[in-house]
Amino acid sequence: MLKWSTVLDLLQGAGLTVAISSLAIMAGVPLGLLLALGRTGNARVVRRVCAVYSSFVRAAPVVTFTMLIFFGLPALGLSLEPLPAAVIALALNTAAFNSEIWRAAIVDFSRGQLEAAQAVGMTGRVAFRRIMFPQIWRASLPALVNEMTLLIKASPAIAIIGVVDLTRKARQIAATTYEPLPPFVAAAVVYGLALALLVAAARRLERHLRRRYGAL
Amino acid sequence: MTLRLDVIWNEWPQFARGLGNTVWLCAASMVLSLLLGILFVVPLMSRRRSVRGAARAVVDGGRCIPFLLLTYLVYYGLPSLGLSLDKWTAALITLIAYNTAYMAEILRAAWAHLPAGQTEAARAFGHTGVRLFRRIILPQVLIAAGPVVGNQLIQLIKDSAFLSIITVPELTYAANSVQSFYFVPFESFLVATLLYWALCGGVEYLVKRGEQLAAVVRRGHGR
Repeated sequence: MLKWSTVLDLLQGAGLTVAISSLAIMAGVPLGLLLALGRTGNARVVRRVCAVYSSFVRAAPVVTFTMLIFFGLPALGLSLEPLPAAVIALALNTAAFNSEIWRAAIVDFSRGQLEAAQAVGMTGRVAFRRIMFPQIWRASLPALVNEMTLLIKASPAIAIIGVVDLTRKARQIAATTYEPLPPFVAAAVVYGLALALLVAAARRLERHLRRRYGAL
Repeated sequence: MTLRLDVIWNEWPQFARGLGNTVWLCAASMVLSLLLGILFVVPLMSRRRSVRGAARAVVDGGRCIPFLLLTYLVYYGLPSLGLSLDKWTAALITLIAYNTAYMAEILRAAWAHLPAGQTEAARAFGHTGVRLFRRIILPQVLIAAGPVVGNQLIQLIKDSAFLSIITVPELTYAANSVQSFYFVPFESFLVATLLYWALCGGVEYLVKRGEQLAAVVRRGHGR
């Protein structure tokens, strides 16, 4: 069975997984919005670049993409430590998926409201901040949370560049104790709990928003 | 900085072998997990609550585990239960087991959104049990779930890159071994990523064609 020191070790790994995933999400959600605005904007070159970026990164496996960032960028003269490289790789990856979600919400947004905003004299920027954004973030929330769970499940990829996250920690414990099942099962339970917590929190938030502002 | 693409070009057999392994591993496990998913969707839609609950727990549990962790469980964990696997078998089992949970859930969602009329009509004509499922429900479920199954195949292709960690010589493994031998990390992983891009693009194209075909077939039947 698991010893207390092992449990603490695993929790340390879990902490790192949570910290890195949170940082990647905090950077990746706004970055995705920027990409989506670029894709739905007027500048043709920007539209193209954002579309190609999103398509390329969404097709890239997270493991391969992480190695491209960590091992590949130094060849271009940009050296990164493993931890920042892990955060950057996950953030860039999730941003591409988030941009699709934001884009769908922007495309679905009713033209009428924007025209009305224009008619009362709002500039595009003000209309976005006060009319569009408060609605599209609510429309995107369930899909964004879904993408967060996918990101957390993809996060073990950062082990490939030597970051000791929960999965890698479980592997290390398995290798030193010669008892692989307990740490792996414990890690699986921790992932399950983390994801369940995230999903439950999102459901509560959605319910709260519905009660406060009505259905979308 | 110059890209040393000549190195990649000289090593293309390695990339081709890796890509080939990625393709057949994913194709084989996709087919098998789709079949298993079809078997699994039946208890998921069972009218008996205990059966449904148990199936639900298995599927949800499976969808919570990260792919790499499941790979470790199968490859390093099962031997301690007396079941030693070589890396290829472990890779296939992991791909299939992981994907089956998603397949079952995708098929269940498609089934749940099926209009009830056809099933009721089939019941009225005396179709029951396996025949009702096989001839009336399943074809419609598969057509409705087609695009989502395609997306899941893309997800599977990307997850298969994790198998490089247990040294299965698929595409990412090939890229890694080329880059560590010649020290061309940027070029190597870039080419690998482009190959994944092409592969996923191909799947997307096929799904789109399949959808068009399904639309034609459905129109034909309507007449």
